[in-house]
Amino acid sequence: MDTLFGIPLPLFYGQLLLGLINGAFYAMLSLGLSVIFGLLGIVNLVHGSLFMAGAFTAWILLDTLGLGFWWSLALAPLIVGAFGIVIERTLLRHLYGLDHMYGLVLTLGLALVIEGTFRNKYGSGGLAYQVPEALRGATNLGFMVLPYYRAAVVGISLVVCLLTWAVIEKTRLGARLRAATENAPMVQAFGINVPVLVALTYGAGVALAACAGVLAAPIYSVNPQMGANLIIVVFAIVVIGGMGSIMGSVLSGFGFGVIEALTKVFYPQASSTVIFLCMVVVLLFRPSGLFGRRS
Amino acid sequence: MHLGFSRSQVLALALMVACIGLLPLVLYPVFLMKVMCYALFACAFNLVLGYAGLLPFGHAAFFGTGAYIGAWTAKALMLTPELAILSGGAAGGVLGMAFGFLAIRRQGLDFAMITLALAQMTYFFYLQAPFTNGEDGIQKVPRGEAFGIVPLEPDMTMYWFVAAVFLGGFAFIYRVIHSPFGNVLKGIRENEARASSLGYRANSYKLIAFGLSAFLAAIAGATKTMVFGIATLADVSIETSSLVLLMALLGGKGTIFGPVVGAVLVVSMESKLATIGSWVMIAQGIVFIACVLLFRRGIVGEINRGLRTSL
Repeated sequence: MDTLFGIPLPLFYGQLLLGLINGAFYAMLSLGLSVIFGLLGIVNLVHGSLFMAGAFTAWILLDTLGLGFWWSLALAPLIVGAFGIVIERTLLRHLYGLDHMYGLVLTLGLALVIEGTFRNKYGSGGLAYQVPEALRGATNLGFMVLPYYRAAVVGISLVVCLLTWAVIEKTRLGARLRAATENAPMVQAFGINVPVLVALTYGAGVALAACAGVLAAPIYSVNPQMGANLIIVVFAIVVIGGMGSIMGSVLSGFGFGVIEALTKVFYPQASSTVIFLCMVVVLLFRPSGLFGRRS
Repeated sequence: MHLGFSRSQVLALALMVACIGLLPLVLYPVFLMKVMCYALFACAFNLVLGYAGLLPFGHAAFFGTGAYIGAWTAKALMLTPELAILSGGAAGGVLGMAFGFLAIRRQGLDFAMITLALAQMTYFFYLQAPFTNGEDGIQKVPRGEAFGIVPLEPDMTMYWFVAAVFLGGFAFIYRVIHSPFGNVLKGIRENEARASSLGYRANSYKLIAFGLSAFLAAIAGATKTMVFGIATLADVSIETSSLVLLMALLGGKGTIFGPVVGAVLVVSMESKLATIGSWVMIAQGIVFIACVLLFRRGIVGEINRGLRTSL
């Protein structure tokens, strides 16, 4: 059997794929976190819970209304995004201009409330969610077996990330958003409704998390802890990529998915710590992140 | 002798000591011991949050280190409980100086993130280190005999031991806060540039505060281990880091008695709601949100403002 540094190649490719899939989730989550931090200055610790809420929304839509995966992929981000806008309007807007600590603590509290509520209703065991029919099965690439659904997750995530990037960097709306990130009072003075822009941005960031949640539902079991387990790692990735940097989040999302997976192959003991190690090093030597810039 | 206590402080202190003395008559001593361990943890945490003005988001690393090292030295090395607790504290203090050395280079959010990342690394270290038994934790840690003569197995004897540790730690923190060192620390919190321009090395002060805080947090963790006879991953997890933050904020950061009040409330809430599972999470979350939206100064902080005291 072919090997690479003593590692059987199929194992290597398998882990690489796993890394890319994790990276797809990391990228979508860190993208949302990053955009939210950029405009609102809020460290959105509730992001993981909203990812989980997205997965549960897909499960509930199927369970109660019989709506399948594709419907959920469209509806769940809208529903959770709307919920996000409610959060922003009722709670977060009181925190602008205050120390970052307060945003961190408030969103941590929200995360506990949301996770506790789902745990109360659905228990902490996982619920199964079927892979959509069109994407069942796998193809043999010769060097490894590639399940269609997993390939689709990576593809959809890439498309969503690129779309988000394009909206922010190439459209009028995105230009306003970037301007408001730089200097909100000035943009407001030009007659642009900044509070609405802020609410919509938060909603969109949250919708990204929900979208990732729907994609994750068939891969992981749908359970209340699924977000909490992920959010700290995603957080590290945002810090490494540079808070507020769009491309930085996407690149370091996929990058660290792969790095984590490869560490699992070559030195499994360090696979959980490698990201945090990188985070410390980046914060100490390049606090604006690998791709970020900071005034 | 006048130690610089104000009258309200003397009253509050007397009330606290009376509670410690009398409450075991009506409440379960093990519960009260748990409260005192967490209260000491929260006071230690407050030293950095409230007085150095930095938000540490990974203090479970020190609490857990105290718990694990305390448990291991008591069980494997058969040290007496006070020596086991001191070795736990020393280990936490050393780790705290190392983490602090890295973290104090940054402020605000970066500081919180560095401490979080280091604490996560500590968590995975304890998950994999052979002496911690992974998910099971170190169990059946003997309470042993204090100073080799007083057996701590009876709950009430253990209770007075824990009360002594708590009051000792509390008094120590009070002294630190009211020492010239503490005043400089507060000065740095208020205006670092001005303190530096007066010739104070801000980073040295912050580092010492962080190390002391880690040492006392580890003492609290080791004491908790002696009470319950177990050290687990929960002690070093991010949930413990946010729990102590909740205690300090709820009670009032930068106040003397605030963290104690916060610990009493949070631990009581946990034990009242423990029977209905996930409600603890929801209740804690609501308290977090209420703290931020309604009373950012915390309970004791608001009392201080209303009554113009400095509790």
